[in-house]
Amino acid sequence: MRPVSHAGTTTATRTAEQYCTFWVAGLFFGVAVDEVQEVLRRQPMTPVPRADRAVTGLINLRGQIVTAVDLRVRLGLPDRSGAELPMNVIVRSRGEVVSLLVDDIGDVIDAAGVDLQPAPTTVPRGVQDVVRGVRPLPDSILLVLDADRAADVAPTPDNPGGTP
Amino acid sequence: MDDDAEIIAEFLVESHENLDQLDRDLVELEREPGSRERLSSIFRTIHTIKGTSGFLAFNRLEQLTHVGETLLSRLRDGEVVMTPPIAEGLLAMVDTVRALLDGIERTGRDTDPAVAVDPVVAVIDGLLAPASEPASEPAPEPVPEPAPEPAPEEPGERRTVVESSVRVDVDLLDDLVDLVGELVLTRNQLLQRSLGSADAELVRASQRLDLVASELQESIMKTRMQPIGQVWSKLPRVVRDLSHQLGREVELVMEGHETELDRSLLEAVKDPLTHLVRNSLDHGIEPPDVRRAAGKAAKGTLTLRAYHESGQVVVEIADDGKGIDPATIGAVAVERGVVTRDQLARMDGRDVLGLIFRPGFSTAAAVSNISGRGVGMDVVRTNIERIGGSVDVASEPGLGTTTRVRIPLTLAIIPALVVGEGGERYAIAQANLVELVRIEGDDLRRQVEDLAGARVLRLRGTLLPLVSLAETLGGTPPGDEALTVVVLQSDDVRFGLCVSEVHDTQEIVVKPIGRQLKAVSAYAGATIMGDGRVALILDVAGIAGTAGVGAVQQEVADPRALGADDRTALLVLEVADGRRAALPLTAVARLEEFGRDRVERSGTSEVVQYRDGILPLVRLASAIGLPDTSDQGDRISVVVHETGDAAGAVGIVIDRVLDVVEVAVTASEVGRRAGVTGSAVVQERVTDLVDLEAVVLRSGVPA
Repeated sequence: MRPVSHAGTTTATRTAEQYCTFWVAGLFFGVAVDEVQEVLRRQPMTPVPRADRAVTGLINLRGQIVTAVDLRVRLGLPDRSGAELPMNVIVRSRGEVVSLLVDDIGDVIDAAGVDLQPAPTTVPRGVQDVVRGVRPLPDSILLVLDADRAADVAPTPDNPGGTP
Repeated sequence: MDDDAEIIAEFLVESHENLDQLDRDLVELEREPGSRERLSSIFRTIHTIKGTSGFLAFNRLEQLTHVGETLLSRLRDGEVVMTPPIAEGLLAMVDTVRALLDGIERTGRDTDPAVAVDPVVAVIDGLLAPASEPASEPAPEPVPEPAPEPAPEEPGERRTVVESSVRVDVDLLDDLVDLVGELVLTRNQLLQRSLGSADAELVRASQRLDLVASELQESIMKTRMQPIGQVWSKLPRVVRDLSHQLGREVELVMEGHETELDRSLLEAVKDPLTHLVRNSLDHGIEPPDVRRAAGKAAKGTLTLRAYHESGQVVVEIADDGKGIDPATIGAVAVERGVVTRDQLARMDGRDVLGLIFRPGFSTAAAVSNISGRGVGMDVVRTNIERIGGSVDVASEPGLGTTTRVRIPLTLAIIPALVVGEGGERYAIAQANLVELVRIEGDDLRRQVEDLAGARVLRLRGTLLPLVSLAETLGGTPPGDEALTVVVLQSDDVRFGLCVSEVHDTQEIVVKPIGRQLKAVSAYAGATIMGDGRVALILDVAGIAGTAGVGAVQQEVADPRALGADDRTALLVLEVADGRRAALPLTAVARLEEFGRDRVERSGTSEVVQYRDGILPLVRLASAIGLPDTSDQGDRISVVVHETGDAAGAVGIVIDRVLDVVEVAVTASEVGRRAGVTGSAVVQERVTDLVDLEAVVLRSGVPA
């Protein structure tokens, strides 16, 4: 278990620039730290037959039942090979707690000073739909994930453009 | 505690709280005399006390608060300016109000002579009189000492109303319920771990935890319990108004109004109960002249009774009115297309009464504004079933109708059956569970049939549609060597759910599932099992809907139905190669099988040695004039009937036992002959009713 700590000195403007980062199928994603509750290793999971394919199962998170959504499936990316164990990024979304299954966890990074830009139109549609934009960092390009839309398994119509 | 006392107690608690606030407000007011906000707050408090005391006929209290209120309203509106004498006067009023309230708490009345009200009223009146120059007249008399210390009767012994209860935010209670649910789950996990543990200390500690957690859960649940009287309190008025409107004379009797149930459920049963009461008045109790003509008292009685029974709350609404005539109900149901004439013909009286709960049914010949506005009994039933309850009706034409509503005590923790499918566990609320059936071998071929792809089970003469849980969940059903069927009931639908495994029953804590799963109708929620894993709760109505099981297929008499007085338990037998006969179950002591070689002869009679004695045998088929076929196997089936006297028992030889059923028997003279009193339709088959006495006589043993 690796809870994300919020440094007490961090100001509100700065947390908005901080991202909890992770990799999904080689893409480098980030979710604003204040949307992330915690990060967990693989958890025992109960499958949910007949649910959307992106719903991998249900996790018991200290008595709360949390739906796990596989970001690879949700984003239309190739499936993870059986040997790779996903990590859980637990996010708060629309009043619920949802687990996003990712390949690997990165650091919490500060993207202050790098502006958010619209995602390039060549990025696959499935990814564009749940990304707020990109922040081109010196050594990588961070895709800023909209956790609410990522946790909605069916695409929501409220922001069809996928860019802010 | 009667209703009045309860209202007074509530009034006292509320008023004491308000007075504490009032003291703070008055002191503040002296510091900032112009504060309209404070004045409004004080005014509201006194106004509330005045209103309630008027309602409860506390005249002195009302008189006192009235003058206080007048003074306060002038202060608030700026007609009078706050001065020290006015503040004194107001404080004196508050003290006197407090003294009167103490008196009310002790005696239930505000007439305590020790509390002088008039002087205070006089002072305030004095303050009010010269409104133009309020300060000119000083307080004429020293403010009377209100309420000398109450006589030191039983000091400190009795807790006052205020001390013995605390107001708690409902949200806090809900939080507690959630937390205790959590604790129960953790306890379950710990217990499971400690079961296999060699550490005696751990085992002991976890057993203690088990006990404490259970008690804690019970206590917490109790905090949310409220007496059903709260819902009933509006009914006397409803009954009074309605009986005037309808020209009925009705006496309302309420029993068990202290019966408690969870507050969330209380809210949910309010409307259905009111509707049922209205129904009783409108359709049940007759006008006085009709009642007199029928030889009944002109005044009808409507009885509401609430009590706890096996973890449920039962609420009965009983009237002594004209009852429900099954023939009328049947005719109306056919006319409105609720059932076909054919279906109706196969229903017994009880099922016919149940038709009033079907959508599209309303008995009111003319639509009245009391009931029969289309929101009929089906809505009542739907609302009660939504909270896991059930409702059924029993009626005696001419004598009255009783409707019984059963409600679970609480919603958060429910008993459930846990079943297994595809290696996962699923929970089914026991409220939906009717019975478990396991079918193997030959029975499987005989009782389960395929009707154009839809599997049905012949269960005691009715066809039960089968739904495979594995298929519902998108898998493939397992092999066909045996079938475990969970018979489920939801609304009007009854079906069998075929599952791979049945685990056990346990109390589960219902937890919501995320929005990602809302579209899947098969699940009602999720819960956490003893091992910490999540299990889904099946939504019985949702599964029925997905599988296309319709209401029409349900024509089975509800075996759990109440008021079974007119029903007889029968042992249904097969004799003479396929003919059916029935014995009252009460006449059956035991069912035995004997090897054919054990049958011996004594004189002209057949006997077997049985329990250190001789059991005379009677071949039932011969006794009722049919060819005997009971000797076809190596063994014979015998119903042992114990006769009343010392002579002992008789063995009645039959082909085989078919079933035990509980039915309302409508006997017919058809088929009456030696050994048979007549016949009846049992499970839709004509069945001979055995004349036990005649049959026993043939054995030579006096019946």
